[in-house]
Amino acid sequence: MTPATYSATPGGFLLVLAVMLPAAAMLTMLVSRPRHARTIALATMVFGLAVAFWIGAELMRSGTALIYLVGNWQPPLGIALRADGLSLMMLAVTALVITGTGLFAHRLFGLDATTCDGRVATSFWMLLMGLWSGLNLVFVSQDLFNLYVALELLTFAAVPLVCLDGRGETVAAALRYLMFALLGSLLYLLGAGLLYGTYGTLDIRLIASASEHGPAVHLALALMIPGLLAKAALFPFHLWLPPAHAGAPAAASTVLSALVVKAPIFLILRLVLDIAPPEAAAFAGQALAVLGAGSILFCSVMALRQARLKLMIAYSTVAQIGYLFIVFPLAAGGDGVPPWGTIAWTGGALQLTSHALAKAAMFMAAGIVAEAIGHDRIRDLGGFGRVLPLSAATFGLAGLSLMGIPPSGGFIAKCLLLTAAVIEDHYWLAFTILAGGLLAGAYVFRVMNRALATPAVPLVLRQPIPLGLELIPLALAVMAVALGFLPLEPFGLLQIGRPDAIPVVAP
Amino acid sequence: MSLVFDVALAAGLVALALHVVLTRDGKGAIIAFIGFGLLLGIGWARLASVDVALTEAAIGGGLTGMLLLRTQAHLAGRGVRPAQTGHPSWRLAAAGCTIVTLGLGYVVLAFPSPAPSLAREVAGSLDATGLGNPVTAVLLAFRAIDTLLEKIVIILALIGVWSLASDPNWGGSSHLRPASVPEPLVFLARMLPPFGVVIAVYQVWVGADLPGGTFQAGTILAAMWLLVMLAGLRPAPETRAAGLRMMLAAGPALFLLIGFLGFLIAGGFLAYPEAVAKPLIVAIEVALTLSVAATLGLLVAGPPDKEPAR
Repeated sequence: MTPATYSATPGGFLLVLAVMLPAAAMLTMLVSRPRHARTIALATMVFGLAVAFWIGAELMRSGTALIYLVGNWQPPLGIALRADGLSLMMLAVTALVITGTGLFAHRLFGLDATTCDGRVATSFWMLLMGLWSGLNLVFVSQDLFNLYVALELLTFAAVPLVCLDGRGETVAAALRYLMFALLGSLLYLLGAGLLYGTYGTLDIRLIASASEHGPAVHLALALMIPGLLAKAALFPFHLWLPPAHAGAPAAASTVLSALVVKAPIFLILRLVLDIAPPEAAAFAGQALAVLGAGSILFCSVMALRQARLKLMIAYSTVAQIGYLFIVFPLAAGGDGVPPWGTIAWTGGALQLTSHALAKAAMFMAAGIVAEAIGHDRIRDLGGFGRVLPLSAATFGLAGLSLMGIPPSGGFIAKCLLLTAAVIEDHYWLAFTILAGGLLAGAYVFRVMNRALATPAVPLVLRQPIPLGLELIPLALAVMAVALGFLPLEPFGLLQIGRPDAIPVVAP
Repeated sequence: MSLVFDVALAAGLVALALHVVLTRDGKGAIIAFIGFGLLLGIGWARLASVDVALTEAAIGGGLTGMLLLRTQAHLAGRGVRPAQTGHPSWRLAAAGCTIVTLGLGYVVLAFPSPAPSLAREVAGSLDATGLGNPVTAVLLAFRAIDTLLEKIVIILALIGVWSLASDPNWGGSSHLRPASVPEPLVFLARMLPPFGVVIAVYQVWVGADLPGGTFQAGTILAAMWLLVMLAGLRPAPETRAAGLRMMLAAGPALFLLIGFLGFLIAGGFLAYPEAVAKPLIVAIEVALTLSVAATLGLLVAGPPDKEPAR
């Protein structure tokens, strides 16, 4: 018998709940009447938030990662679930954004009583639950094939969300997204198969603890990382993202941009940090940083050139994702400092969180504008801040975080990354961060300028927007800004459960 | 002798694959693809992976082929021309595939020998599940969470397909019966289903101890159902029907319930008490088979295109 590699911790069952509650909710919706779908969704959100909070409390109390062995089977035979500080952060942000989106969608669909139990709304609720289950699994699973199942859950929930409104162009965007996502899945699966063939296990911890790494691990990573990049839409794999995220209904764009693209990034981080041999990790980090910098510069410029508000926000997503990839060489550490002890690590985590909140808020605000005015052509939006002051304020606050202007979560994130870049002598990255901030300022300002303009013909609202609808994105934007006030608090949390290694057993 | 057979098999696979990619005849490519799936199934059987072989033949050759044929007929009806080979993106894909294949060849030849395998651990833990088929033990005990979530994935895919319907048709049914049904098809649709059902029942039942199981059995049932619908003997059901929804959800729901029951009776999620492990697993398999059959059948049937009855 091999020695036990994992020992389950108290509270580990919470990880099962985090994955299975949304899945159970989806099945319940399938057999219930359409008008009950939203009630089930809202109830699941209450439970989901409670579970995320409970996992946090358990993690803080014990100071070590939570572990659960599904069916009590020890890997390599079985599958382990594990949540460390970073997983907790992702679980919490996911629960928060999904709940915000749920409340937003509930009110938005409620505006039209004839369709609120129809095709779009009912499908949306079921897909949202499937998406949530997949996201949570990505953040807690330790098994490469189980993670593949999680990616499939994400793909098959996210792609239909893109074309929910049924227009031909959104179906085309969804199909293109499906092609990229399936190619990514295929490459990931191929890599996972190679790793199994080499190590005889799919467990990340067991693979990482193998004594020697042959050529197979390099090829596997060379397949899996580009596959995941195609799903994460990093430049130059971003071609599918802008039409897909911009064409989706407002509530769907929110989760797609704020959360779904983060899942493959989280997996890339795990591969590079936990599996890749040091020299391969260093090379991958450099390559990813170059693509990340390309993303920031190219897609910020593209965002500036867009005529439609939602397309601009979508391009901004690709640009903001770029920041997460320049973390890799900056957090490489050195001098005995592990990656998770560097300021770039904290900066990256803050960027991830603040972007999720800010982008969710921004897409919701854009959705409200499009709903109220009937279009989202930036040029013709002059004065929308006068008729929709709260949404304009939301857009501005979220924009602060994207630009990296104090006080905001984005400011702390970009400040930490910039400091790390200068300390580590990566001046080209420092330049990229600054240029990206300026460009973000330009595209946010362009919209704010229209918001505050005085048009010759005042804008008329197509339909009144209830206050409650506008308050939800505002709350998310305020949270994104408020992250700037707790800069060093998550620092310790993010180190819980790192490194993921087998504790040395005394003989 | 077996070497000659294997070489012929491999050559046939490569030739069919090239034909699928290179031919300009859409229907011919699809039929070659179906043949490729069946041949690949034989390949898996040669590697002593009978479970994989059955699944490959049923899903890769059968259902996927049927979906492609329906799509092709649909496109041909609208006069859409297939894309030409030789397009720059086509060359890019060809180059990418070549590089990946060479890399795979290099790495696979350098695999450790004997290959690391969990077969011994699986065999050692098989008793705890009461099963005889190690594949079923992996799918429904050791890695049960994968299987459970995969069932959720195919249901999500079905919801995705349904969401493509137009608003008035939401909840309605698909129109599968072609304008004219050839007489032999009707004959087949009357003759085959009883045999198919028997084979499916057998597959589920032996799946616990021999190759076979839910997915293969579900696919056979789905095929029989589709045959009946295509021949116009029975209409496709309305997708909002409560009974149908129940059938779709029953398998994964029972799996999930027994999983949570494990917290109470076996000390963990998806753990089975040793004494009743086998009955529980067989119960899950039966329910899953019906759900898989319904899901796959409706996936092939496509988005509803008839309004639900008032």
